[in-house]
Amino acid sequence: MKVNIHLNKRVAVIGAGMTQFRRRILETPQEIAWEASSKALEEAGLELKDIECVVIGSAPDAFDGVNLKGEYLSHGSGGIRKPSSRVFVGGATGVMAAITGWYHVASGMCNTVLVVAEEKMSPARPHPQSVFRYIWDPILEKPLNPNLIWIFAMEMHRYMATYGIKKEEIALVSVKNKRNAANNPYAQLGGNITVDDVLNSEVLVWPVQLLDISPVSDGGAAMIMASEDVARRYSDTPIWVDGVGWTLDNTEWPARDLAYARYLEFAARMAYKMAGIENPYKELDVIEPYDPFDYKELHHIEGLRIAQRGEAPKLLKEGVFDIDGDIPSSPSGGLLGVGNPIAAAGLMKVISIYWQLKGTAGKMQVKKPVHTGLAQAWGDLMQASTVIIMRN
Amino acid sequence: MVTSLKEEELHKHVLIPYKPNAKYAYTAGQAQSRYLLGLKEGKILGRKCVKCGKIYVPPKMYCDECFRPTDTWVEVMDEGYVMTAVASFISWTREKISEPELVGVIRLLPSSPRDFVYPGIFHKLCVSYEEVKNMSVIGKRVKAVWRPKEERKASINDIQCFKVI
Ligand SMILES: [Zn+2]
Repeated sequence: MKVNIHLNKRVAVIGAGMTQFRRRILETPQEIAWEASSKALEEAGLELKDIECVVIGSAPDAFDGVNLKGEYLSHGSGGIRKPSSRVFVGGATGVMAAITGWYHVASGMCNTVLVVAEEKMSPARPHPQSVFRYIWDPILEKPLNPNLIWIFAMEMHRYMATYGIKKEEIALVSVKNKRNAANNPYAQLGGNITVDDVLNSEVLVWPVQLLDISPVSDGGAAMIMASEDVARRYSDTPIWVDGVGWTLDNTEWPARDLAYARYLEFAARMAYKMAGIENPYKELDVIEPYDPFDYKELHHIEGLRIAQRGEAPKLLKEGVFDIDGDIPSSPSGGLLGVGNPIAAAGLMKVISIYWQLKGTAGKMQVKKPVHTGLAQAWGDLMQASTVIIMRN
Repeated sequence: MVTSLKEEELHKHVLIPYKPNAKYAYTAGQAQSRYLLGLKEGKILGRKCVKCGKIYVPPKMYCDECFRPTDTWVEVMDEGYVMTAVASFISWTREKISEPELVGVIRLLPSSPRDFVYPGIFHKLCVSYEEVKNMSVIGKRVKAVWRPKEERKASINDIQCFKVI
């Protein structure tokens, strides 16, 4: 892959804010966006008048039941009368919003960007599942009556079959992330569960069971990105964005091997090249890989080339990804523990890395000193991937 | 700040049910139309790009790698290997169903186990839940079970399912 990197400005993150992630939040999407944005401005020590551009991330409109969510959310996101744009690449949206904020600044177009991601999944009746129906091919797939979980169950089973991975090994991700989430004040589903709890939970689409999967959630997240000169003026601890990568694979998921996240390898290579990372296992101190399902965290750790293909479960069992391990993974609790308001959950991962590197992650703070962190998200038909690498 | 709605509170609130009267007439396009007509004949058709050699099933009129038109129609076998299989106990509206629906992905032949991309099809499997659960069906050779010719409608459902041979 060839990426030309001609940056006008170095980009830093100088503030972030989140709402709690919960099911059936009373506030409107605009109110949620406003709450997250205000908190981010407060942490950065900026006011809305200091913000030059606004980037909004929200996955498909249909979840909230509101059309053109970029325009709709621009009110609560401080985007009125400013260059405001919305990005959406399914589940990969939250990190894509941060990447978009990054290139607004890196290009020299804006010195300050407010990045806002919001999702409200709970309004859909009888269940948000039914809204996902429209991601399937209308002619070749929809007549088979699929639901969204089918596709991930297929990927999970392929991953298990290819490398001989057992459900018990995968369930450890859910156990770890929900345990980590107990330290996260924004989390919806933190707590202590066991591998047996996962294995005894309701079977949805075998091999996916209820505790293998992240919950339906509402929530918002926001982050302030700034050019180097502004960042140094407003922050003693700016966190630098040193690498970004994003790619789409094709939509022909039944025609490519689901055992390996090729879409992610492309995005990761781009980000590593930009950040000058040659050995991700050695050079990354903390990671937030996208985990809407427990197997996805392992699958993504392999796509990120932190583990060899099929080897992530072994490293997990050895404790490498624990909060006090070599490479703490999802110390926030991830989507499995914090919740999954889609775009907001992706930006939550970026914000978690930012707080880790800043040293303000509170009870979530990993034990060892951290200097390089990575957040990643994924979406659509095993297709979209976004990666961001930050340093302090 | 954020407050959530509990189940009992949900009933005290005004719900606005809305059912859009939206119907869609999708176009199958050039490649898929021919593919569907092929299914009516009991054939699985693909398009081949002679430049890179890739066979697209389902077919495409362009090669997305070479970004040029694909060159020829090819018929692939209605047989292949099960790449993955799952059993769904929920409907698409997330209601519980007692008899699981069994579906999977088949790598159609000719293709090689080393291919990362291959002619592929997503369809129902006529196997038991046990075979899905214990993963024994993954890797098995299967063949399409076609609907009787007079019942075929040029639809993906002209194939009933794939059966282990
Ligand atoms: Zn080609």
